Amino acid sequence: MAHSFPEEVLEHVFSFIDSDKDRNAVSLVCKSWYEIERWCRRKIFIGNCYAVTPRIMIRRFPELRSVSLKGKPHFADFDLVPEGWGGYVDPWVSAMGRAYPLLEELRLKRMVVSDDTLEMVSKSFKNFKVLVLSSCEGFTTDGLASIAANCRNLRELDLRESDVEDLGGNWLSCFPESCTSLVSLNISCLGSEWSLRNLSALERLVGRSPNLRRLRMNRAVPLDKLANLLRRAPYLVELGTGAFSSELHPDVFSNLSGAFSGCKELRALSGFWDVVPAYLPAVYTICSGLTSLNLSYAAVQSSDLVKLITQCQNLQRLWVLDYIEDSGLEALAESCKNLQELRVFPSDPFAAEPNVTLTEQGLVAVSEGCPKLESVLYFCRQFTNDALFTIAKNRPSLTRFRLCIIEPRTPDYITLEPLDAGFGAIVQNCKELRRLSLSGLLTDRVFEHIGTHAKKLEMLSIAFAGDGDLGLHHVLSGCESLRKLEIRDCPFGDKALLANAAKLETMRSLWMSSCSVSFEACKLLGQKMPRLNVEVIDERGPPDSRPESCPVNTVYIYRSIAGPRLDMPAFVWTMDEELALRLS
Amino acid sequence: MESTDTYETDHLKATELRLGLPGTVEPQKQSPATASIKSNKRALPECAKDCSSNNNSCASDVKDGDCACAPPTKAQIEGWPPVRSYRKNCFQPKKNEPDVTGMYVKVSMDGAPYLRKIDLKVYKSYPELLKALENRFRFTIGEYSEKECYNGSEYVPTYEDKDSDWMLVGDVPWDMFTSSCKRLRIMKGSEARGLGCV
Repeated sequence: MAHSFPEEVLEHVFSFIDSDKDRNAVSLVCKSWYEIERWCRRKIFIGNCYAVTPRIMIRRFPELRSVSLKGKPHFADFDLVPEGWGGYVDPWVSAMGRAYPLLEELRLKRMVVSDDTLEMVSKSFKNFKVLVLSSCEGFTTDGLASIAANCRNLRELDLRESDVEDLGGNWLSCFPESCTSLVSLNISCLGSEWSLRNLSALERLVGRSPNLRRLRMNRAVPLDKLANLLRRAPYLVELGTGAFSSELHPDVFSNLSGAFSGCKELRALSGFWDVVPAYLPAVYTICSGLTSLNLSYAAVQSSDLVKLITQCQNLQRLWVLDYIEDSGLEALAESCKNLQELRVFPSDPFAAEPNVTLTEQGLVAVSEGCPKLESVLYFCRQFTNDALFTIAKNRPSLTRFRLCIIEPRTPDYITLEPLDAGFGAIVQNCKELRRLSLSGLLTDRVFEHIGTHAKKLEMLSIAFAGDGDLGLHHVLSGCESLRKLEIRDCPFGDKALLANAAKLETMRSLWMSSCSVSFEACKLLGQKMPRLNVEVIDERGPPDSRPESCPVNTVYIYRSIAGPRLDMPAFVWTMDEELALRLS
Repeated sequence: MESTDTYETDHLKATELRLGLPGTVEPQKQSPATASIKSNKRALPECAKDCSSNNNSCASDVKDGDCACAPPTKAQIEGWPPVRSYRKNCFQPKKNEPDVTGMYVKVSMDGAPYLRKIDLKVYKSYPELLKALENRFRFTIGEYSEKECYNGSEYVPTYEDKDSDWMLVGDVPWDMFTSSCKRLRIMKGSEARGLGCV
């Protein structure tokens, strides 16, 4: 049947198919569809840069325009992946520079990017449009200057949460006067001190970018400059302010308030560093249009937060510090009936005693009042099984549930029991749950519940939990949709790992640090499973300098068709026998 | 694998958050919560005895140490709670408190493969900081004196300041140090010659 349609027709049909999953399915129908599809695929997402090589990607997909890559495992966000581990994007950019001169988009997450790489990007791709560097590191403002100077048609430059070394230059003025194509600029991760030259360069850039819709600035942009910037960009849809403080002055306030009311398209607000509460009302005029509000840097009292939030009846996403307290969350539950996502961050994670009244009550209130709630990230210091039962009963629609009780192994503070039953209720009732992070006192029972019920679970994070191998076995044998599993400080060991070796090839990756996995088991796994890369990370020196039964500090296991990687630093060892022999 | 208690309880004890020097077992006020935690633990495989080399053991970072009677430092568990470091560096305390933001700086040690990050804000004085560094990196610094600095120490703590100069830790008043320190490097004593004292 395939040959009854000319290739061009099939190609045209395929051009309407966007999702990666569908594209992959198309390519499996038959050989000729595979061929046609690979020539017309324009976009690719690679969830683990070590699962495949640039050469393999280029060989199969010769005409890509958009590439997304992820490097380090998620726990790198919490400094559990030592510096120098890997995730270098340079070999990818070098290869793509030769193979994809028409590349338009590059999206990287948790990768190491150098200034040289950025310069290469800016010079290799004539039509380059989108650069997103999410939680990346290794580059400076000099690298940004190359991008600004050389990418004639740049539409998007988004540095979200990256670690950029600020060399104090004036890179923003490297955007030529002729550059008017910017749609999105996110520099919120840059520093808190800026020269006046940078500020005026930003003003001029904003002024000559009629298509600018998303602008997220850094802390260094003072409040008294914000009004001017807003007047130059009244069609902004997303805004991240700089520091939200200034000497109290009625002129500054009315100027700012006026500027905000001119931005009728604003749907998302963030920034709000160093907030002076008296200035918050300046945004009131646009609150009713807001769908997303990120106040997670705003250290202000609950009452000020509530005054703002209760004006945002259309809010779908709220990120906030625990200064909001239970009372503030109750007010949120009353006012924001469209809320889908709530994240509450800890204002003082290391305080021995709670510094605010934020307990399980707040989250229960939101679960009761917000019928569309589906995504939760909640840091607090106490919880009960009852509260979890209530949340699960109220919100079976939850898809992401991450609860972090700050002190490890904290039991139900009323019954003193483990929180197994509570989390069990979550996985049993919330049948669409895709992501779960556990905390508190937990035994193997919770993993039994998870293995039995969490059939759609894709990502699971576990810390300081469980009694032994059975817990890990429940998860690996029961969670059919599991893709990413990350575990730290749990008594999980060899038996469960080796018994479920085949499962690991169906997942993207497994991270286990400070657990009880022996060097011997790692070696065995590496031998048994050639399509898994089994990497041991250990600061104490080569694992074979200790007894085989000794637990390794960290093992990171991921499926790969690229074979063991060749860029490992001195503290990472691959369990691939062949490579080890070759290198010895 | 054999099952005994020691490895597991050591390991778990070491990662417990508590006030008090790592390695010391204080009479804490045991809340009911902590009491039941201990009873729920199951014994776990012990790492073979010869797993412990000189200073290392299979337990996690915070351990051991014959600690002198310095003021108790917070035992920070690596990477816990799971909050991104840019959040820790940015957050502000309640408005009533003086403006002390979190200050994560990288710490490297000559000969050690890992870089680490520590939060300078957690410590109130040089002795606290040095004690924490000694515990984290498992080495001894010894006494600091104005005249002789770290004379005789195998390792010497140094830092890079705002002007990119490398200085000896302890040279300037504590507050000046925390506001100007960009990164720390624990140097081998023999290499620290040029830094003004040794």
